Amino acid sequence: MDITFKLNKQAVSVDTEPRMSLADCIRHEFKQTGTHVGCEHGVCGACTVIVNGEAVRSCLMLAVQADQSDVVTIEGLSTDEELSPLQACFRKNHALQCGFCTPGMLTTAHVLLTNEPDADAERIREVLSGNVCRCTGYVGIVEAVLEARAAYAKG
Amino acid sequence: MKPAAFDYVAPSTLDEAITILNDNPDAKIISGGQSLMPLLAFRLAAPSILVDLRNIPDLDHIEISEGEVRLGARVRWVDIEKDERLRTAHPLLARAIEHVAHYQVRNRGTVGGSCCHADPAAEMPGIAVACDAIMVIAGPSGVREIDAASFFAGALQTNLEEAEILVAVRLPRFSPGRRWGFEEFARRRGDFAIAGVLVHFEIDDHGRISDAHVGAIGVGDVARRIGAAEDALNGCLLDPQTIEAAGLVASEDIEPMDDIHAGSDYRRALYAKLLQRVLHVIAGE
Repeated sequence: MDITFKLNKQAVSVDTEPRMSLADCIRHEFKQTGTHVGCEHGVCGACTVIVNGEAVRSCLMLAVQADQSDVVTIEGLSTDEELSPLQACFRKNHALQCGFCTPGMLTTAHVLLTNEPDADAERIREVLSGNVCRCTGYVGIVEAVLEARAAYAKG
Repeated sequence: MKPAAFDYVAPSTLDEAITILNDNPDAKIISGGQSLMPLLAFRLAAPSILVDLRNIPDLDHIEISEGEVRLGARVRWVDIEKDERLRTAHPLLARAIEHVAHYQVRNRGTVGGSCCHADPAAEMPGIAVACDAIMVIAGPSGVREIDAASFFAGALQTNLEEAEILVAVRLPRFSPGRRWGFEEFARRRGDFAIAGVLVHFEIDDHGRISDAHVGAIGVGDVARRIGAAEDALNGCLLDPQTIEAAGLVASEDIEPMDDIHAGSDYRRALYAKLLQRVLHVIAGE
């Protein structure tokens, strides 16, 4: 099936099999491998991308369902030259070790702070409960997101 | 972990969707896909064609009138969460839905999908059964309505006929004075509940309970009401004796399953304790 969508602000088109997940489409068709595929059945959150401004699991969405959508992945959150404020906070707070879960953490936290720049630690933990990290124990991640709030503050 | 091949269509009308379902007996309906996609990934389901409801208009509305809350089948958990009107029109729905899955899943998962997937531990079927929901179903011979208890047939099974589509769930609106409570227990945030309790009733001027509804999820192969517990509440004062008795009879009235998450006896004790906890919280208000 021919589909067209926006991927990190670029209009893209592809002829895809209906059974291809959005995650596989982004990785295999467009070679944007920042989106990580962990469990492939909607448990780990590593594949989280932003579709029409909302965080979704790209392994639980078919690529054909993203037709005409606006998709943003980890590649779209910063430039090659500079870390985003959220990424910089992750680095500073040791919010990653192996880094496999990090793209999903960042996309999820980015949407959260965009919509709720005042999110408290409890809310951050609640939202990130859908993203599994086996290295950090989450403390550094929560601290990073808390610190990054300043960059999202309205005003 | 890759689904078997299937065709995909996204019709723009309900009639068109029903026709496609009629022509393809092994078709599956997809909306948010948050239950179906894992089944496809594990190849527990291998339909020849998926019929996506995403282009069908008017299925994503939450309509609140004087007497009822009508949830379109494509209403998502995040839509319920963000609808401030539901906090008074149906506070039990709003509270229970807070417990559904995780942030990302809540942006895609739908009322209709959860009901048609019919997981016995899911919150939405529990709400439907415990709150006298009417399920609105469109099919080849028109629209029909059945009560929720008749809709759910068993674990992951409904009484939907061939080519039928659940289009809405109608819930009687809560009166302002109605007392209610919800409690569930899961090992991890967002997991399916090992057991869950949904309760609502009236209390008259003399402090006596009437119209008790006691619902249960996770403790059988289908969400259900616990008649024995309702009988133990109706006509009584909401005092410690009543609460104790309701938990006791509830634990005798359920037949929980053993699985890797919890044993039958554990679920039985857990359900009784959750019910008593909910009732104590309501009594303490």
